[in-house]
Parts: sequence; structure tokens; C-alpha cells
Amino acid sequence: MSSQTTTRRKVANALFGLLAFLAIFASLVTLVALLIDVVARGGSSVDLQFFTSAPSRIPAKAGILPALVGTLWVTTLVAIMTFPIGVAAAIYLEEYAGRGRWSRLLRINISNLAGVPSIVYGIFGLALFVRLLGLGRTVFAAALTLSLLILPVVIISSMEAIRAVPPSQREAAYALGATRWQMVRRALLPAAAPGILTGIVLAVGRAVGETAPLILIGAVTFVTFVPVNPFEDKYTVLPIQIFNWAGRPQAAFQEISAAAILVLLVLMFLLNLVAVILRARLSRTIQW
Amino acid sequence: MAGVSTVHRPDSAATTRRGEGLIEFLLRASAAVGIVTTVGIITVLVVEALFFFVEVPPVDFFTGTRWSASILPYAFGVIPLVTSTLLIAFIALVLAVPLGVLAAVWMSEFASQRVRLIIKPILEILAGIPTIVYGFFAITVITPLLKATILPDLGTFSALSAGIVVGILVLPLVASLTEDALRAVPRGLREGSYALGATRWETVRRVLLPAALSGIAAAVILAMSRAVGETMAVVLAAGTNPQLTLNPTESVQTMTAFIVQISLGDTPTESIQFKALFAVGATLFAITFTLNLISAWLVARYRNVYE
Repeated sequence: MSSQTTTRRKVANALFGLLAFLAIFASLVTLVALLIDVVARGGSSVDLQFFTSAPSRIPAKAGILPALVGTLWVTTLVAIMTFPIGVAAAIYLEEYAGRGRWSRLLRINISNLAGVPSIVYGIFGLALFVRLLGLGRTVFAAALTLSLLILPVVIISSMEAIRAVPPSQREAAYALGATRWQMVRRALLPAAAPGILTGIVLAVGRAVGETAPLILIGAVTFVTFVPVNPFEDKYTVLPIQIFNWAGRPQAAFQEISAAAILVLLVLMFLLNLVAVILRARLSRTIQW
Repeated sequence: MAGVSTVHRPDSAATTRRGEGLIEFLLRASAAVGIVTTVGIITVLVVEALFFFVEVPPVDFFTGTRWSASILPYAFGVIPLVTSTLLIAFIALVLAVPLGVLAAVWMSEFASQRVRLIIKPILEILAGIPTIVYGFFAITVITPLLKATILPDLGTFSALSAGIVVGILVLPLVASLTEDALRAVPRGLREGSYALGATRWETVRRVLLPAALSGIAAAVILAMSRAVGETMAVVLAAGTNPQLTLNPTESVQTMTAFIVQISLGDTPTESIQFKALFAVGATLFAITFTLNLISAWLVARYRNVYE
């Protein structure tokens, strides 16, 4: 092989490495640009008044209190509803269902559900919860809809956490005479807890940022009061408030939209932080 | 002792069995929620779409080239909504596939373990940012940037801007699924290639990419499904102007954007527009569902080969 071809091959290799690095770099630049844009536009609008006021037709007086409370309501209810069902479904699929036809169907179905566009869940929630079950356009209907939306994510991440527990843990429990459920409760769940909780917190974070399905579930855009009763009151949530302000042509509304995005991103960051801390704390106690 | 245990064992065993049975039933019921959801979604979409098709013949809906749900004379030909959706998805993939695949190659073949530990979370952050935020980014940064540089005549809303932002949005998905596919390629293939004196680039091009092809195809198709179903970024960036065009500088309306438009207004639930929402929703579901199935099939294929 001539040294000329070798050089050419080396150059091609270096160029490719550079190109691949630039691809990664481009996404980093985008992330930074996005954050700078939001902070530069909205940073100055985030003050105490912004947190304690209702939306207003005058941008300077507008705040996010009803939206923030709405988001907290919806998030709390979603977490409460998805946690038991998601973990139970994951336990069933990993430990009880075996590898038969029925279990294969369940698994395929769950990964398919994870790929259904969120707006389709909105249509389903509108037809089932709002109209058929007569729950109306309330926090409760919204929470049910978002729960169905993130349930596949919760199940998949819980399944992964359960699968990661070494078989020796199960065998040890059975060897001590545990029934299947005793094994699950005393051996499997404590060991899988860090992974399961991390997955749930991250999935709930997804629900916090969801917008499209809630437009169908009637998170009306101009709510000036704080929702108190999740079964009765009209409500709005942060992403809807952002959408409403972002769509207006005036720069002042775009500024408060950016400010609301900042609050939303900080909220999601805090949730992620919780996930990281939970994982670190809980996994410290496990050694195998 | 033996006597005690023979007295107690049947009783306690029975209790345990009954409890276990109940628990298993509850677990099974939780797992069935997913099936109920799927059946529910399909039932709702089909039944409500039928109400629409009573008034508008399916042939007019699926082959019509004019969509006008708010301006008389009404027309419900879904083709403009579908082509706009595909146009934006296409622009998104043109951007996200090369960048995503390159990023994945860099992470799996070039980056050191330390660098990867920094880069992966950053991609996860990008993937976790709500799409409404990307929509905001499109109207405040991408569109003005395009106007200031290459397209001075670009309007406030355009398919191009929407396509670019959706591309950014699905890039982490393409990157992480491609990385999974590359990692599934057995080490032996890499080592064989290096042993023959190939450079990294040659190994990637001649060995890894062909070996991971079905996995990468699965990633691309799943990204397309995401792009087709994407709503908030597209509503903000592309607008709500239903027209049949392949010109990316025009304002268009996607299927999802129509659904949002109808939900935002005070459209009466008995109106034809509201029924159209379900017909469009059913079409959207059918498209994304098909794409997801193809993607899952491709993933199963590479798993069968290497695992």
C-alpha cells in the first residue's frame, strides 16, 4: 500500500471524526441558544408579582398563579394515579405473565401506546372522560388523560428497573420459602425501587410539559382564579398559558411567555434533580 | 411441633393462596389497562369518524384536495393536511437523520467514556424539553434568523421553520436509537475490521452502518412518526392555513394543527367541523400506528440477528 493512499485514508478518517463531532456540537449549540433566548427574553419578567398574579390583558400585570396551581394539581393527581397502576403492570409483565402469547401481546401493545401522538390521547380523553363519563373540562379529566399518556412510559421504565435485579435475589427469596408475592414485595421491589422511582419522576416531568392533549380537555386559556376543586373548576396549566401568550404578536406578551417557559423549565429541572437524588440515595443501600 | 404444623399448614397455605390469587388478579388488571386504552382509542376514533363519514363521503375526504373548515363553501378533502404534515416531517428528517446518525456514531465509536457521560445527559435534556418551548424557539429565533439571512421574504409562519424545529426536536430520538443499534453490533465485527487494518471511518462505513442498518431504519421511521404527530411546535411555527403546496416557505396547516384549531374555538360539538376533528384524528392515528409497527418490526429484526 503506497504511503499516499494511507495518508488519504487517514485524512478521510480525521474528517469524518470532525464531522461527527460537529453533529454533536450542533445540538449543544441549539440547546444553549434555546436557553439564552428564553432567559434573555423572559428573565426580567420573573418576579414575585409574576407568581402571585392572574393573567391579564395588560402584559406587565399578568402572572401565572392560576396556571402554576393548575399544573401542580394535574401533576400531583397524575403521579398518584400512575404510580400504583404502572408499577403493578410492570410487576405482572416481568414476574407473572411468563413469555406466552398474551404477555407478548401486552408488551407490544404497551410499546405501541408509547408511540401514539399525545394529541390522540387528548381526543380520547375528550370523548371518554369529558363527554361520555361527564367529568367536564376539569383538572380531574385532564389528570386522567395525562395518566393514560404517561402510563406506558412508567410501565416500560419500571419493567427495566425490575429486570435489572439479579435473578439470585429472586432465587434467594424463594429458597427461604417466600411465595411469589412475598418475593416481589420483600426482595424485588426494594431492590428495584431506585430505578422505578426515577422512571416515574421523569414520566411525571413529561406530563408537566404536555400541552396538546390539554387543549382538547379544555384547559381554557383565560383563567383568572385559582382552581380549588379538581372535579368542578375550570383550570389552566403552565404550557397552555405559554401557548396563549406566545401566539400573540406583541413583544410584551412574548416576554412573559418566555418568563413562563423559564418557570416551567426550572420546575422540570427540579423534578429531574429529585430523580437523581432519589436514585443516589436509594441505590446506596443496595450492594450485590 | 409436627402436629402443630400439620394443623396449621393447610389453613395458612390456603390463606396465602387466596391472597396471592387476589394480588395476581390486581396486577393482571393493571396490565390490562393498556389493552383497554388501545381498544378505547380505536373505538372512539372509529365511531366518531363514522358520524363524520355519514355527512361527508369517505371518497371525498381521502381524495379531496381542498380543505376549508371555517370558510364557506366548506370542503373536507384531507390531502392538503396530509401533504403539509409530510412536508414538515420530510424537512425534519432531512435535518435530523444525518445529524442524529453522525452524533450516534461519534458517541458510540469516537467519544471517550468521560465525554459520553457528559453528552448523553445533554441529549436527554434536549429530548425532555416540552415541545411548546421548541415552538416558541421557532417563532422567536428560527424564523427571524431565516428572514435575516437567506429568506428575507419569509412570512411569520412557514413549513420550513416548523420542519427545522421538529428536526431539532426529533434529533435526540434518532441519535439515541441509532446508538442502541450500533451498540447491538457485536464487538467481533469491529475487531475483525480493525484487524484488517481499517480506519475508524472505514469500519463505520463498511461494517457498522450496514450491520446496524435495520436499527437505523427503525430509528428514522419512529422519528417520522414523532414528526407526523408533533403538535405544539408545528401549530406555533407553521400556522393554520390549509393549502395544498410543497413550497416550504408557505404557511400550512398540519393534521394536528387542525385538531388544535377546532378545539380552541367555540365550535359546537354537533357541527361538522367538530366531527371532522375525529376523522382527522383517526387518519393521524392510522398513519403513526403503521409507522410504529414498521419500526418495531425492524427493531425485532436486528435483535434476532445479534442477540
